[in-house]
Amino acid sequence: MQIDAQGLDFETLNRKIKETAGGAVSVSNLLGQRYIGSGVRNKKLTLSGIPGNALGAYLHTCEIVVHGNVQDAVGDTMNDGRIVVHGNAGDALGYAMRGGEIFIRGNVGYRAGIHMKAYGDVVPKIVIGGNAGDFLGEYQAGGVIVVLGGQIGHFTATGMHGGKIYVRGEKAPADLPPQVSVTEHADVAEIAPLIETFGKLFSVDVATLLTDRYFLLTPSQANPYHALYCNRSL
Amino acid sequence: MNHKTIDVSGVAAHNREGEIRIPSGCAISGFFSRRGRRMSADGIVQSIAYMHDRSNGLGGGFAGYGIYPEYKDQYALHIFYDDFEARENCERFLNRHFDIVNLSRIPTRKHPRITDEPLIWRYFVTPLATKLAESQLGEDEFVCRCVFTVNAKYDGAYVFSSGKNMGVFKAVGYPEDVGEFYRLDEYRGHCWTAHGRYPTNTPGWWGGAHPFSLLDYTVVHNGEISSYDCNRRYMESYGYRCTLQTDTEVITYIIDYLNRKKGLRFSDVARVIAPPFWSQIDNLPPDERETFTDLRNTFSPLLITGPFSIILGFSGGMMALNDRLKLRSMVAAEEDDVTYIASEECAIRAIANPSKVWAPRGGEPVIVTLDEDVKL
Repeated sequence: MQIDAQGLDFETLNRKIKETAGGAVSVSNLLGQRYIGSGVRNKKLTLSGIPGNALGAYLHTCEIVVHGNVQDAVGDTMNDGRIVVHGNAGDALGYAMRGGEIFIRGNVGYRAGIHMKAYGDVVPKIVIGGNAGDFLGEYQAGGVIVVLGGQIGHFTATGMHGGKIYVRGEKAPADLPPQVSVTEHADVAEIAPLIETFGKLFSVDVATLLTDRYFLLTPSQANPYHALYCNRSL
Repeated sequence: MNHKTIDVSGVAAHNREGEIRIPSGCAISGFFSRRGRRMSADGIVQSIAYMHDRSNGLGGGFAGYGIYPEYKDQYALHIFYDDFEARENCERFLNRHFDIVNLSRIPTRKHPRITDEPLIWRYFVTPLATKLAESQLGEDEFVCRCVFTVNAKYDGAYVFSSGKNMGVFKAVGYPEDVGEFYRLDEYRGHCWTAHGRYPTNTPGWWGGAHPFSLLDYTVVHNGEISSYDCNRRYMESYGYRCTLQTDTEVITYIIDYLNRKKGLRFSDVARVIAPPFWSQIDNLPPDERETFTDLRNTFSPLLITGPFSIILGFSGGMMALNDRLKLRSMVAAEEDDVTYIASEECAIRAIANPSKVWAPRGGEPVIVTLDEDVKL
């Protein structure tokens, strides 16, 4: 099923997507329509043009593939499913994400993966082909973030108290907060399936990505901030 | 606050700017031709319309540069009047201070969604030589002071645009409607900026819509600055009267002060208002560290904190800037000689097919100016 989004406001467009019978929906000529994929179940959405903010917010059991860039707040509080972007992403990607996977071929803006969380075996994952802006994984509580491009911005992992951030590179990320520990040679096997999926999704040869060096950022202890405001040792 | 009686069009009189708080975003867009090519305003109206959902109909506006080539040596004053009497009073003041080369109502088109319009007049003026000599001020400063005098002392009159070969057009409404109302399709300029308002702290009224301007500086702003009172107190000590109780006004005055009065380059203006944190400055190479330290120390009350993305228009250029933490979205793009800035990429793709699209970092200004060989 093919929908031409030209001239459609977000409410009309999202209603059309929901009402479409069958699992596969292609939407073309998108230009800023928000909330695509929210409240939709068990569909595969293939999008071209520029989808608007909050693409895949609260996403559940859907796959979204975007041929182009995406704007802000993609995958906000996403629960399940997969978002694949053949381009760059704006700010606040995967905010408070609690499940599912996001693969971005290019760069991501500020605040990717902030407030990500996980429970039991429900572990959200963000794979970034390029680089990440400031505040990556701020207040991260769970989940896995992989930065294949290797460059991260200032204030990465500030307030991190759970989850994992993998950064490819030869030099350890600088200026990390004291509550974050850096593993100098991360075990690539842990993220190999994600890298292989990245390769398949974007038709990229990942042979060197699988053998390169990665740094792993994790919280330095189970509860690194318990003494921040009270319970200080005197 | 200022106790002028201002018609706040549709909002109860006690709900003036600064007297009520409405919690809630905004949209900004702009483009600039480095070759000085005059482009129709249709593009900017279309661009901002694609971000309709970021505004709520309580303010929209545009600034165009290069739009008055036939009067490029005169200051173009755009003025809102509450009534005929306000106009008469203000015109007496204008006649005492300026040679008015041309005056007329700004042409508008009746629009179902733009209502309660004030009287909207435009004057192309030159300061009277005798008055100017007597004031012992430069031309710009003379005009600037006259603008402040009208806005602070003349009830029911508000100068909302005062530069040369440029103009601001703004109203209460959605920006695309405001563009139709002002017949912007009849103007051409080498630079256009636009704003769609979603007032966060104050109700919307015509004067409170963006762009805010002084002389040829115009600012459109998405955000809410938390340093407002600190910035305002400092600027008031230099004679700037903040009469609108809204944060964007003070940003405009800060830029006028730093660029026009202190002679700072726009790149340094950006370093003053959106510098890195001291912890980041400590890690910079020595010369950069020294520059930032000097600028921050000299102008510390002009640090702007809180979320903002702004587009500044000025004669011969445009600058876009995010707060240092990039708490508001902003995208930049280029196609041929035109640089585009917008809150969302869709607003650029709506009117251009750019070869390059990027997201500037927080505190990293995007500055474009006319090519050196371009004469307007």
